[in-house]
Amino acid sequence: MEVFVAIMVGALVTASVYLMLARNVLRFLFGLVLLSNAANLVIFAAGGLTPEAPPLIAPGANAPPEGVANALPQALVLTAIVIGFGLFAFALTLVYRGYQNLGTLDTDEMRLAEPVEAEKT
Amino acid sequence: MTSLWLLPLPIIVPFATAVLAFLFRRGAEGRWISVMGSAATLVLGVLLLMEVLANGPQAAQMGEWPAPFGITLVADTLSAVMVVITGITGLAVAIYAVADITEDMEEMGYHSLFQVLIAGVSGAFLTGDLFNLYVWFEVMLISSFGLLILGGKRVQFDAGIKYVTLNLISTILFLSGIGLLYGTTGTLNLADLSRIAPTVDPGLMTVISMMFMVGFGVKAAVFPLFFWLPASYHTPSFAVSAVFAGLLTKVGVYAMMRLFTLVFTQDIAFTHTILLWVACLTMVTGVLGAAAQTDFRRILSFHIVSQIGYMILGLALMTPLAVVGAVFYLVHHIIVKANLFLVAGVANRIAGGTELARIGSLYKGAPFLAFLFLVPAFSLAGFPPLSGFWAKYVLVKASMDIELWIVAFVALAVGLMTIYSMTKIWGQAFWKPHPGGIVPTLTSLEPGERMALLLPIVSLALMTVLIGLYPEPFVLVAERAAEELLDPAAYIAAVLGEEEILQ
Repeated sequence: MEVFVAIMVGALVTASVYLMLARNVLRFLFGLVLLSNAANLVIFAAGGLTPEAPPLIAPGANAPPEGVANALPQALVLTAIVIGFGLFAFALTLVYRGYQNLGTLDTDEMRLAEPVEAEKT
Repeated sequence: MTSLWLLPLPIIVPFATAVLAFLFRRGAEGRWISVMGSAATLVLGVLLLMEVLANGPQAAQMGEWPAPFGITLVADTLSAVMVVITGITGLAVAIYAVADITEDMEEMGYHSLFQVLIAGVSGAFLTGDLFNLYVWFEVMLISSFGLLILGGKRVQFDAGIKYVTLNLISTILFLSGIGLLYGTTGTLNLADLSRIAPTVDPGLMTVISMMFMVGFGVKAAVFPLFFWLPASYHTPSFAVSAVFAGLLTKVGVYAMMRLFTLVFTQDIAFTHTILLWVACLTMVTGVLGAAAQTDFRRILSFHIVSQIGYMILGLALMTPLAVVGAVFYLVHHIIVKANLFLVAGVANRIAGGTELARIGSLYKGAPFLAFLFLVPAFSLAGFPPLSGFWAKYVLVKASMDIELWIVAFVALAVGLMTIYSMTKIWGQAFWKPHPGGIVPTLTSLEPGERMALLLPIVSLALMTVLIGLYPEPFVLVAERAAEELLDPAAYIAAVLGEEEILQ
């Protein structure tokens, strides 16, 4: 089971690196989303996948029975998804506003903060 | 049990201040709330440091879940010192912001974002849990994004896109590292990790440590991962770039120091050799970059990169003296660097720009400002008797002690190159006649503004001189911090309790 998830992570990272190598910032952002989802899957898989054993505590008992799934990685992934979603929303807005202001999505043309002339002198 | 309230307060107070400042963002009250909140944070930081110095590392279990299950806040000497220095920088910048930040930016919530940033930085210094550290990084990151583009100039969007994207990648690497580390060790509590790490396959740990090294390396702006920094730090308002320059990269350095002394110590010969090379290359590329620049703030931005190299060098050498040097350097650098950016802000205000070709005559018109620039500038370059001299001296001595002559030479040569680019600022901005023919003076500022702008600069400069003239107490504290880093027994005992250690 972990092997499949690992392969999926690999595929996601491959796709995201391909996208992030593009000059277009929007493609870069999509790559970033894939990468952050790959990271979420890494946490999920590294915590160990235990199918069909939800961590439920029977009424009256103090602890779940042996061998249930570890709930902590899922809590971590949930937190990471929420944070990642917020950051991505910000990044998208930023790129949109940047496009409105700078008139381009091509990173090679974004030289306002680091003008080319200044580097030659 | 004072630590139970003393530990979370440096985080809670800035958050509370942020809420209040947001409610009062449409008037003058907001900025004073921010100043008061920063002062309170500083006082709490000092109380915490006194407690730690008196009674050793302190830990508090949040929600009373015992470690390693709950989230632990823990302060050893290094954490406490960093919280104090965050308080100092926060207060200085909050006062400066009273005059520097426009009403438009205040209405957009500048003071709230600033306080959230301070809370995030303090949180990162105080947490004893790796995932919690990630959350504090995110708090810091999102508020810094806001601060960076506040003002909405075109150049800020350009810088913002680069800053945001590269920092997000670093965050994702950090997060993947956390996932793998949890999968390998089954814990995320730093003290617990330190106990379990030696029992895990060292090869696997080294692989994971590389993910953290790259992740934190981007945050700390080390070679070859620093490109976002000089692309963005010169674009926001001066108060913002001062607090960024002072604190943000240093959180990355702190995280690296924490993890590579506490958790990833299985294969020091491998990991710390990489760090050594990274440190040397960071020092050299940073200072060469600074030499090529022609803008006040861009020169200073490249200096940050170069100075980060010194701190990483101290960590890479890993001898007691070197770690003392790294801690001392960290403290000295935050004060000096924030101050230089504040001076740049005043120069911009009175001379009308930061592009060196377009300003001048500052020495003629504002000799006091020139003096205030010289103190941190010389300190950064390592002139005695200022704080930078001792910081560099300790690091160079440490590398000579273990006969790394080339490293010592690089550290000294980079100091020399720092002077070169500082002379460039001095010659162009202060000595050269102003191309517009005007003579900028400090009296052109309103008295109230002048006070708010100069008070933090003078205080920080005094602090630099004080550390330079009486380095002994500061070195003693740094020594204690280094001892605790290299022998984390007290840290672990504070978090997990004494019984756990005996097992």
